[in-house]
Amino acid sequence: MEMTGRTRVVVVGNGMVGYKFCEKLLARSAAFDVTVFGEEPRPAYDRVHLSSFFEGKSADDLSMAPLSWYAENGITLYLSDPVVDIDREAKTVRSHHGVVVPYDYLVLATGSGAFVPAIPGVEKEGVFVYRTLEDLNLIRYYARGARKGAVIGGGLLGLEAAKALLDLGLEETHVIEFAPRLMPRQIDQAGSDILKHKLESLGLQIHLSKNTQEIAGDDAIRRMDFVDGSHLDVDLLVISAGIKPRDEIAKLSGLEVGSRGGIVVNDRLQTSDRSIFAIGECALAHHMIYGLVAPGYEMAEVVAANLCGGDKTFLPFDMSTKLKLIGVDVASFGDPFTNDCRTIIYEDTAKGVYKRMNVSTDGRHLLGGILVGDADQYNMLLQTVKNLTVLPPDPEDLMLGSRGGSADTGTGVMSLPDEALICSCEAVTKGAICHEAGENNITTFEGIKKCTGAGSGCGGCVPMVKDIIQGVQKQKGMYVRNTVCEHFSYTRQELFDLVKIRGIRTYDEALSAYGEGDGCEVCKPVVSSILASLWNDMILEKGNAVAQDSNDRFLANIQRGGTYSVVPRIPGGEITPEKLIVLGQVAQKYGLYTKITGGQRIDLFGAHVSDLPVIWEELIAAGFESGHAYGKALRTVKSCVGSTWCRFGLHDSVSFAIEIEDRYKGIRAPHKLKGGVSGCIRECAEAQSKDFGVIATEKGWNLYVCGNGGSKPKHAQLLAADIDDRTLIRYLDRFLMFYIKTADPLTRTATWLDKMDGGMAYLKSVVVEDSLGIGAELEAEMEQLIGQYKCEWKEVVETPELRKRFVHFVNAPEKKDPEVRFESLRGQIKAEDWNRVG
Amino acid sequence: MSNKMLTWHPACSVEDVPADGGACALIEGEQIAIYYFARRNQWYATQNECPHKRQMALSRGMIGSKSGEPKVACPFHKKTFSLESGLCLGDEAYTIRTYPVKVEEGTVWIGL
Repeated sequence: MEMTGRTRVVVVGNGMVGYKFCEKLLARSAAFDVTVFGEEPRPAYDRVHLSSFFEGKSADDLSMAPLSWYAENGITLYLSDPVVDIDREAKTVRSHHGVVVPYDYLVLATGSGAFVPAIPGVEKEGVFVYRTLEDLNLIRYYARGARKGAVIGGGLLGLEAAKALLDLGLEETHVIEFAPRLMPRQIDQAGSDILKHKLESLGLQIHLSKNTQEIAGDDAIRRMDFVDGSHLDVDLLVISAGIKPRDEIAKLSGLEVGSRGGIVVNDRLQTSDRSIFAIGECALAHHMIYGLVAPGYEMAEVVAANLCGGDKTFLPFDMSTKLKLIGVDVASFGDPFTNDCRTIIYEDTAKGVYKRMNVSTDGRHLLGGILVGDADQYNMLLQTVKNLTVLPPDPEDLMLGSRGGSADTGTGVMSLPDEALICSCEAVTKGAICHEAGENNITTFEGIKKCTGAGSGCGGCVPMVKDIIQGVQKQKGMYVRNTVCEHFSYTRQELFDLVKIRGIRTYDEALSAYGEGDGCEVCKPVVSSILASLWNDMILEKGNAVAQDSNDRFLANIQRGGTYSVVPRIPGGEITPEKLIVLGQVAQKYGLYTKITGGQRIDLFGAHVSDLPVIWEELIAAGFESGHAYGKALRTVKSCVGSTWCRFGLHDSVSFAIEIEDRYKGIRAPHKLKGGVSGCIRECAEAQSKDFGVIATEKGWNLYVCGNGGSKPKHAQLLAADIDDRTLIRYLDRFLMFYIKTADPLTRTATWLDKMDGGMAYLKSVVVEDSLGIGAELEAEMEQLIGQYKCEWKEVVETPELRKRFVHFVNAPEKKDPEVRFESLRGQIKAEDWNRVG
Repeated sequence: MSNKMLTWHPACSVEDVPADGGACALIEGEQIAIYYFARRNQWYATQNECPHKRQMALSRGMIGSKSGEPKVACPFHKKTFSLESGLCLGDEAYTIRTYPVKVEEGTVWIGL
């Protein structure tokens, strides 16, 4: 700064952040003349704890600093006198009362006002906002004659306001929230459910997914009418539906403001006029309004430091929060909602505790989470996120710090007496199920069904049986499960059973029955895979095409540049010269790059989306079928040449590989499946690196399962030795179906086995010894899937409705994507490098 | 965009865009991705190019929502973008252009 003498700073707004700025600035330097204009009649007070005003605290108790503080620090303070004009040329401000003050630097800390939705009747007597001490005084006065109160808004501020109404002793206090959950910015549906339950037990009545249509009454409010046709009699209403940045003065003086409000600032909190700053809830930093006090204080710190010659920037601020709402702990930290993760969820409805951790897909880091009812671990968890601490092998321990102690009593099914009949078909009591799940440690539904018979009749008790198993586990200490995403709070296995029991055939039905919201790229493929694994319907029909992963939607693999690759099935890697010639001809005709794949087939690259149906028409005419290279499905069963030619071969591995590949082709699973058959112990088909591998022995075949190549290679393990080919097929049926039914999404067989309690011994007992008694059922389910097989490309080629979706431009179907460009390499095409500049 | 006059262009008929999915239309030489949320009966339009690797692919992505905010996931690397703000919903600073959409008598119109 080149100025001589004292620097004049004017602060517009005397809220928490404006006050904090003065405090921070004057703590650093005495070289400033500070003038503050406040709109309210009293100096800055603690707005965060406004509701304590109704617990008996006085305005002075809430005050940030007494009037004398301003005088002692040489601050000129004008109260009840908002700034109405900024002259940026002359660098002066003018207040409502006509005070004109020159400035070198101007700091706008005008805060925010209540956002009031345009509901008819909102102007009636008895309708208030909840923002200032004046608002609270008005509410307190009016509440003397009121009996039933309501708050519009179930967010942080709305619940604070509801607490205030509770404290005022109204007979009824209702919370009306438009979203399907409370505190939608901080917590998810499951957290909201727990919070709602807890708040209801404290006397609030909570109405979610309620849209207020009108506020009825003559002069004063008498009733709220909702869009769904319901009503609520109330005589006092507080609107706390969100905040609106106070940017009027900035707008008037021509400073840049965001399209949805807020004064645009750079990372030094400078507005479009470099000598004017904006801090707190009026500032739009990083395209967002930071509606919490902590980032507001950080903004005050940045500007104060920079005015004293510092060089600080305001970085995207962590919005983690922890607070006590009406006595209930609520915290959210890091990214509480991310989908790109694995979630660990702990829920205890008895104690009203819900905890969620979002763990990176590789399991190394904590990304964020939610705590309701018990936030003791908040600081530890927040630090784990912030420091990118590598997680321990059992990260759930981090959030379950206070578990243990006395067994909780539970609600719902767990509060039933032991004599209660759960399965009336088989006369199984709750006590019997608890005994098996507790004493005998049987923790799967299939296991309970096997030993008690529960759920083997009409199936109506299945959800209750599962609840009991979970309840018992919970009583034993913990309950941890991986739910699909924010739209489905079920594990894949639960969803699988639900979809099966209800006979659901489309993603849309599943979302309506068991989900919420619009779905996403996580749950759509999961549900689609479940539907395919259960019914094996053509995946592009019944509106399911858009719920498929993109490759499944176009039945081809998208490659660099946006073209697709075509992989016809070549079972066991055996192909006739005639078919080889057709592949060559098709590749030539459509200008495709050809390569032999690792799975003994031929991949044709560079096909435009609109060429796919014609290419397949030609391939199908030559006897080819889809190779499902695009699906989480059986890929190939690789084979060595076997006893037909090889001098070492014991059995005909090629014929067996072809039989197996033809048997399971088109069957969709939680992840891709690969197989191999080797004709002798030399293992030329590398069968032990596959999800299932078959190796010929002197006496028959050895069956290995749960191996894979890729980034984390795993050798397959022996499931059964020296078995004949019919037994092998039977075990494979059971193994594959058991995997399809129970694995988490996108989990290869090796990882699935790793996570399985009891590991290989347990898998062997289920598949070979049929310890659960489900062998026949698994075989029957597999048989049904196999019976449903159709080549899906043949169906597309023959169905005009499906075929017409294979275009790039919907309004110019004949045109190909002009952005697709190829280069040439070794006599073939290659996709243009996507890292090209410009 | 606020300073410029909008011109409405017919893009396609409503049946051309699959329910709860997307399609690409060529308008004035630009590739525009159009999305139809059948459950909410809402339409959105964005550029078709994913800014991450500059691939013309967003119309082929899965659509959905994140905490109620409508979004599309690019089929290439599953970058997701808000269909309202155009902002990348991951941590990255990518943005995509969004366009106003209206439907009149079975025709989808895009404002450029």
